Amino acid sequence: MRIKCPLCGERDLREFYYQGADVALMRPAPDAGPAAWDDYLYTRDNPAGETRDLWQHEYGCGAWLLVQRNTVTHEILNVTLAKKRGRS
Amino acid sequence: MVELMEKSAFGGLLPVEVGTCRIFAALPEPMHLVSPYKGQGKPLSDAMKKAHGMAFPAAGRATGKEGARLVWFGLEQAMLIGPAPDARLSEFAAVVDQSDGWAVLRLQGPQAEDVLARLVPVDMRAGHFKRGQTVRTQLQHLHVSITRVGSEVFQIMAMRSMAKTLVDELQGAMRLVAAR
Repeated sequence: MRIKCPLCGERDLREFYYQGADVALMRPAPDAGPAAWDDYLYTRDNPAGETRDLWQHEYGCGAWLLVQRNTVTHEILNVTLAKKRGRS
Repeated sequence: MVELMEKSAFGGLLPVEVGTCRIFAALPEPMHLVSPYKGQGKPLSDAMKKAHGMAFPAAGRATGKEGARLVWFGLEQAMLIGPAPDARLSEFAAVVDQSDGWAVLRLQGPQAEDVLARLVPVDMRAGHFKRGQTVRTQLQHLHVSITRVGSEVFQIMAMRSMAKTLVDELQGAMRLVAAR
């Protein structure tokens, strides 16, 4: 698998660290209630198909990346800098 | 008062010559990591230009020449190598002295690209990686910065604690290339 870093270009998988689903960018408000926080902390989808993950180019530029990929075909659909999107 | 002595990161390990390639320690120079504060990229670049004659480099680029270089060093980071940083830069960026933190060597020779091809997962051939280009990548397991500073010369920077490993890896690859 190769990921196209927006800064460094296409690089080998070994340069990247895998964080997991992009939920870290969608932290609920402090008063959102236990259900929302439980969901945020513990509940994850396990899709066969398109997914959105956070990866860090740790052995490269150090940037956090938002990677859209397909878990079935291993196709990488889109890669953007996580800082561009920010938290919501 | 204690008189501190300057010591090379490589001790007596360099220079090494194998086949057509050579590795040697770069001249020790001041090195400052410059990271612009949020939204200060443009004013920082202007201040850089005014003080040092070099704009903040785009990703994968190194500007300047021998004695005064500005090397892209990652997301919103550049290493100023050579000149002491102008005081005004601190208005727009965090400027950190890392002169003693990095082991800097040069790999030179007609087969330097072949040596790197055995160690680095990035295409370092002249067609893809020209003078003035730089990468942050891996050299085996080391996180390095590699810049092409001449047609057959690469500047390789690794963390100082990894100096011996860096020399060992390069030496091994140089032997294998020379044996072909």
